[in-house]
Amino acid sequence: MLIIKKLAQLVVAVILVTLFASLLLEFLPGDAADVLAPSASDQQREQIREDIGLHDSFPVRYTRWLGNFVTGDFGNYYTVSSKRPVADRLWDALPVSLLLMLYAQVVALVIAIPVAVLAAYRKDTWFDRLTNVSAFAMLAVPNFALGFILQYYLGVKLGWFKSSGYARITENPVEHFQYMILPTITLAVGQVAVYQRLLRTDMIATLREDFILMAKAKGLKAKRILFRHALKPSSLTLLTVAGLNVGTLIGGALIVEVVFSLPGMGLLIFEAISRRQIVAFQSMIAVVAILYILVNFIVDLLYTVLDPRIRRTDAE
Amino acid sequence: MSANEQNFDGAKGDEVDVSSAAAEPSRSHGIPGAKTLLDVRDIRTHFRTPRGVLKAVDGVSFTLERGRTLGVVGESGSGKSVLSRSIMRLLPKSNTIHSGEVLFEGRDLSGLTESELRGLWGNEISMIFQDPMTALNPVMKIGPQITESLRLHLDMSKGEARETAVALLRAVRIPEPEKRFNGYPHEMSGGMRQRIVIAVALACGPRLLFADEPTTALDVTVQAQILDLLAEQQRERYMAMVLVTHDLGVVASRADEIAVMYAGRIVERAPTKELFANLKMPYTESLLAAIPRLDQPSHSRLEAIGGRPPDLVNPPTGCPFSPRCPYARERCTQETPQLVTVDGHDGHEFACFYPVGSPETEERRVEIATRKGAA
Amino acid sequence: MTTGTATPPSAPTVRLDSAPSGSAATKSKRLNLGVAGWLAAGWLGLLLILAVLAPVLPIPDPNTSFAEIARKGPSAGHLLGGDTIGRDLLSRIIYGTRASFAVGFGSIAFGFIVGGIIGLMAGFFRGKVDGILTPLMNILLAIPQFILALSLVNVFASGGEVTSARRLVVLIVGLGVVSVPLLGRITRANTLAWSEREFVLAARAMGAKNWRIMLRDVLPNVLPSMIAIGLLGVGIAIVAEGGLALFGVGVQSPTPSWGNIISEGQSQMRNAPHIVVATSVVLFLTVMALNFLGDLISQRFGVKESAL
Repeated sequence: MLIIKKLAQLVVAVILVTLFASLLLEFLPGDAADVLAPSASDQQREQIREDIGLHDSFPVRYTRWLGNFVTGDFGNYYTVSSKRPVADRLWDALPVSLLLMLYAQVVALVIAIPVAVLAAYRKDTWFDRLTNVSAFAMLAVPNFALGFILQYYLGVKLGWFKSSGYARITENPVEHFQYMILPTITLAVGQVAVYQRLLRTDMIATLREDFILMAKAKGLKAKRILFRHALKPSSLTLLTVAGLNVGTLIGGALIVEVVFSLPGMGLLIFEAISRRQIVAFQSMIAVVAILYILVNFIVDLLYTVLDPRIRRTDAE
Repeated sequence: MSANEQNFDGAKGDEVDVSSAAAEPSRSHGIPGAKTLLDVRDIRTHFRTPRGVLKAVDGVSFTLERGRTLGVVGESGSGKSVLSRSIMRLLPKSNTIHSGEVLFEGRDLSGLTESELRGLWGNEISMIFQDPMTALNPVMKIGPQITESLRLHLDMSKGEARETAVALLRAVRIPEPEKRFNGYPHEMSGGMRQRIVIAVALACGPRLLFADEPTTALDVTVQAQILDLLAEQQRERYMAMVLVTHDLGVVASRADEIAVMYAGRIVERAPTKELFANLKMPYTESLLAAIPRLDQPSHSRLEAIGGRPPDLVNPPTGCPFSPRCPYARERCTQETPQLVTVDGHDGHEFACFYPVGSPETEERRVEIATRKGAA
Repeated sequence: MTTGTATPPSAPTVRLDSAPSGSAATKSKRLNLGVAGWLAAGWLGLLLILAVLAPVLPIPDPNTSFAEIARKGPSAGHLLGGDTIGRDLLSRIIYGTRASFAVGFGSIAFGFIVGGIIGLMAGFFRGKVDGILTPLMNILLAIPQFILALSLVNVFASGGEVTSARRLVVLIVGLGVVSVPLLGRITRANTLAWSEREFVLAARAMGAKNWRIMLRDVLPNVLPSMIAIGLLGVGIAIVAEGGLALFGVGVQSPTPSWGNIISEGQSQMRNAPHIVVATSVVLFLTVMALNFLGDLISQRFGVKESAL
């Protein structure tokens, strides 16, 4: 039952965001054809209007657009005399963005979890204070500024990592990671801070629970108590935050891609904006927004798997 | 350790019998001193707090013999719960100051390292917590919560631990133990959860069990069942128990000896029968007055103790009970009474200048009665 | 009644598993900033004064190029050196404060008012009002915030003919719209909680007018959490403008903003890293100060971020 309800919510959310993306053309001050190809002849502009259905009413255009969208037709890039499908480039770009977000998430969690657990366990020691202050600072670092600085100092000046560009993991895994390291770090910094602060607070509360004292009274080692008994209840909070955080992560990924010229969704959107490709922009916004909805949907499902108490309430 | 392993050897047969995994009189060879399991000597537990040093336990001594039960009674804030955790040394190190000696089978626990203590916890010394709703890990299955100490302390294989755990669940009367083994705590009632907590505590066959208000959080109807279960397991396992409670009624029929705590100290201690027959402390008297009794009309007034337990950061001068004591006199507010032994009753100690039965107290009692009558 | 009669309900209990900490409750009602808090507030105050007084400060015009300082570091008369085309960097950062603060505080003010009204009404009246307003806010949450801001600004204010002023207004409203659900939800959650309090129920029972109860009894209590979240929001909005500038839809050049100074400066990172570094440091310190003050208020008033 629950899954049906969640699926219904998913469908509603997808309709909403596609509607929003579709409406962007409607809100555009002036004629979309003028925006797309300002220097085209009247005839060419008429051609473009025809192509994107500007003469149709909004409901008709939306339905057709949605129909095309779900079948993988994401519209076209328009120039004065030609058009090129958006889909080709979009399918190339999407995995780059996904990988970047995945790497940043993994790195952020791998750093944040042990640090937070140890900080909570050694509350009010120098380690706790130091990590607290550093998390606080990391939270305030603007990702694009950090990106430019890392790119220049570590990439260009010291030459440790590749500072701009991309290689596919399937073609050249080594280079792929060389390209991805700096973007991943840049994107992960803010995430580390968020997870670390939250998990620490949560763990401190969990460590005060009776069941932790009981685990201690069983003679278990601190490591087992922390990771087996305390972390799992806290991981639910972590997951909730991860879900809430996906939006920030997506925004951050787009920015970081522009900084490091990674050919992901961010760079595509950047290009669409600067070349005034509003039709392509619409599709990209819709794709990213749907990605966001899907990730949240998965987080929601994971949540029910992780917490036995929720599983039970759902069953009833 | 060796004794426990022996005990669980018997559990490897077809029929797993946990109840046998306890009784081991091997070390009590009849030498008088050897019967003493726990010897607590003048322990003090102070907490550093923002307001100052909080003296939660302030000079407590007692001994406990194998297989016997000591009831520790007091209000919340009397330090009785801190006492058991201090003896086990379970309190967080950062803000706790310990002093005094705790001899368990002759070993001083205060000299042990953290890892030596871990070897005792859950193995030779166990604890049952007050609230079964919070004492079990909500996101861990019941089974692993029992088996983890078996595997740790007794080096059992997964299969052995599972069998033993199921047998333990059966011993604490959990219906369908195999099924419960894979269940979660939230699927069970409070009473059932407390049985699980008991099973966890008993798993490795401890010699000493601290039961910290084991029935306070439970329904009245379930309380007696849990106490009976504890008593039965204790008998079968020849295990000593410290039963901590705020309710004299709980320990009245179940403890061999009772220690009444107030403001971090023992203020009266006696064998159970002796205490009820011949109580000396006005505080014990008022605790007793707070228990509803079957022989009184059902709506007769219970006398709650007026006032609050003292602030343990800034305790009052003199006898800490004096501000609430109906019989207090000037001396009580100036000098602190020490524990003295009742003449002719060796095991009965109390700390009071004007004990119940003394002429001063009786005189005051009459005064109070007349005043009440006049009003 | 069988047990517990010996235990006065108000008896102080000893916390066994943690250090007793009653300090928060004993603190005075005033917000105690502490040294770091004063530093944070001082930094923001300094920026505000500099931004307001920029025209009368002894600094060069932010849009005048001095060929000799282009891409050069600090020198006499140009404390932070020049930017890519020789404009005084310090002057541009100070003038940039105007745009960045306008976007940051302006957009959050928008979200504060709109989200605040929506949250108060939804939390206070509940029922149908809540049923309409909350889903409305949630619609905005279906789209990642940065994407939403990017879309709004791109559609309403991009292209060559758009004026700086129009871009600024669109930025403020666009980021403001994005902040509405965030501020609205925290307001609603807190209003729900406070509307249940005795004094509010008493005021209702005495027949006080709803709007009066909302403004006099509920709002003052809900305000601290709104301000705490709002301060964090200001930092996020200022940084978001930088992100938008990177996509070419931030504050429009030649009007300086911290965001467009950084995104223009990055092209000259090899020759003149000081442009990006100096501006980033100012941006970083500002966000940190805002976060710090926000955290301080959260802690002081016990705002739960999980309420978001």
